[in-house]
Amino acid sequence: MIELENVSRRFGDQVAVDDVSFTVERGTITVIVGTSGSGKSTTLRMINRLIEPSSGTIRIDGKDTASVSGEELRRGIGYVIQGNGLFPHWTVARNIATVPTLLGWDSSKIARRVDELLSLFSMKPEDFAKKFPHQLSGGEQQRVGVARALAAEPGLLLMDEPFGALDPIIRAKAQEDLLAVQRRLGITVVLVTHDMEEAIHLGHKIAVMDGGKLLQYAPPAEILAKPAHGFVEKLVNGVDRPFRLLSLAPVSSIVEPGTAEGPPIAATATLRDALSELLWHQREALPVAGPDGALVGRISLASLRAHAGVPA
Amino acid sequence: MTEASQTAAPAQTSRLDRVGIVVAAIAILGMDWQSFATLKPNRLISGQGLSLGASLPTLWAAIGIGFLSIATIVAVLRTGAWLRLAVGIGSLLVLAVLIGIVPATVVPPENTFARVSPASGFWLMAFAFAVMTTDAVAKLQLGPLARIAMLLGAAVAVAVILGSGHWDGLSILKEYATNSQKFWREGAKHIELALGSLAAAIVIGLPLGIACHRNATLRGITLPVLNVIQTVPSMAMYGLMIVPLGLLAAWSPLAASLGIRGIGTAPALIALFLYSLLPVVANTVVGLGEVRRSVVEAAEGMGMTKFQRLFQVELPLALPVILTGIRIVLVQNIGLVTIAALIGGGGFGTFVFQGIGQAATDLVLLGAVPTIALAFTAAILLDAAIELSERRRL
Repeated sequence: MIELENVSRRFGDQVAVDDVSFTVERGTITVIVGTSGSGKSTTLRMINRLIEPSSGTIRIDGKDTASVSGEELRRGIGYVIQGNGLFPHWTVARNIATVPTLLGWDSSKIARRVDELLSLFSMKPEDFAKKFPHQLSGGEQQRVGVARALAAEPGLLLMDEPFGALDPIIRAKAQEDLLAVQRRLGITVVLVTHDMEEAIHLGHKIAVMDGGKLLQYAPPAEILAKPAHGFVEKLVNGVDRPFRLLSLAPVSSIVEPGTAEGPPIAATATLRDALSELLWHQREALPVAGPDGALVGRISLASLRAHAGVPA
Repeated sequence: MTEASQTAAPAQTSRLDRVGIVVAAIAILGMDWQSFATLKPNRLISGQGLSLGASLPTLWAAIGIGFLSIATIVAVLRTGAWLRLAVGIGSLLVLAVLIGIVPATVVPPENTFARVSPASGFWLMAFAFAVMTTDAVAKLQLGPLARIAMLLGAAVAVAVILGSGHWDGLSILKEYATNSQKFWREGAKHIELALGSLAAAIVIGLPLGIACHRNATLRGITLPVLNVIQTVPSMAMYGLMIVPLGLLAAWSPLAASLGIRGIGTAPALIALFLYSLLPVVANTVVGLGEVRRSVVEAAEGMGMTKFQRLFQVELPLALPVILTGIRIVLVQNIGLVTIAALIGGGGFGTFVFQGIGQAATDLVLLGAVPTIALAFTAAILLDAAIELSERRRL
């Protein structure tokens, strides 16, 4: 759990972050979203004290971050930045081993950990361990960057625009990878982005910042349904809101008893997928299948419509 | 139409090698219009030039002219780089052998005063085929280790010829024979001055460069000052050292006992050190500045301390640029040490100035040739080091 309490940061007369407080639950993904100059990166960097807060307190699992040295704190927190920041003169294996080496792990343990992480990101250790960063594609570099951040098994991962430099297809893949790894390891992630779509897709909770202030901190559904007046509204209006809202919930959440004609939809699919299928097959309702393939009920256009917007 | 004319144009020039034309022109000029060797009745009187034919026995002259003519034709024509390399090296070896035969041919054995030295024709041909060789090396794009191996081969070849006594009749080696002890002493001094001032510049300049990289104010003061120092002519710099160091020695017995005087090694070292600072500091600043921001930030974000960041990430990545600065300093210093002889600093310059004073060209060469060889060796070694350090930096 990370707690930010009245945290501010000033650079000279400029207030970069202004009295920000929020709490990140353990094992969740929190996305800080905002335009450049909103203070989102500064907020992230204050968590691992790359930037010291001018005032306020930050606690990780109840412990004040100011009570340990900056280096010690950072070695316990994974950190990924845009453009990956891999060390160009080191091999992939040595890059991944950075923090374990700083922590003084013995070499056989480090080697095992490097192999394990490369496999986790579906890169064969024998193919990749000895390569240099410039021999990798952009997507591979990004994965190595995340693997390096996870090397010392941190409970917390900070990511500063980690997918900013990737093209759309690789970016979508990298986002799925992150979600899978986060679910598997159960780590806490705080991610900074300027992209609202990315925030809605990845975040359990979204913190919207502008001008150094935290404007709204809520789950994506609430940000979409009840955006705070002004900046957040403007930011959210740009997104096709009904579809976004539908994509956040699974079919199982609104399945109704009964049956319908047509190809069945999996209960785990999103409501957005269901809408797409209903429209494509030109039907008012479709049957819903459980994980074992048995039909568990039906889903109708009418119930989807009720979930796709703000009640009048 | 256009395609045909485009392909026709290179086809016309492709039979001739551009560099080769220059090489051949210089070689022909040297072979046919300039004297190959100079014969002097003694070391001070100006001598008489001898053509290639006149300075060698007929058979040797025929072999020499034949080989060098064929080599010239190979140079002009567009030929493979390996052939050009072999012919270039072969020509240099032929020249080395031929010049060694001249003294025994033109000087009667009982005459010990007469001096034979290579003349402009020899030097022009040596230059031409050296250009051909280096051009071939460049075309082959040999790796750094292969280039060091070639340098080693050249050094061994020269050592073998010197050791065999084949060149002993030449005037420069006669000068060496009378100065042999002094030659090695001054040689050691020369290297000591060049490397000593470089070492001092690295010890001071590297930390200063790192500090300048981190502190813009310091950088704004340091670099202009070093720039001004760099523009002081070397003769003036040595002169400027004399008075303050002389006063220091007179005032402080400790300084005097350390050997610090207005003339000699101390002012030479200090002047060379001052000249060395700018390239070391400036290249350290540039090299560190070129390290990508994201890489430095990642190192910090991983929890590296300032020292770990500097030694594990920043300096290794800046190394090629820093080494380039060191290369500039070393080659520059090897040349500048020559002038330090003027204020009693020692080094190969001693022979140069002694030779100028006596109007003895051979003695000047005894100082100049090893200086050039040293600078050349330093350049090749450091270029190879720079390339090796660059391999992993992209």
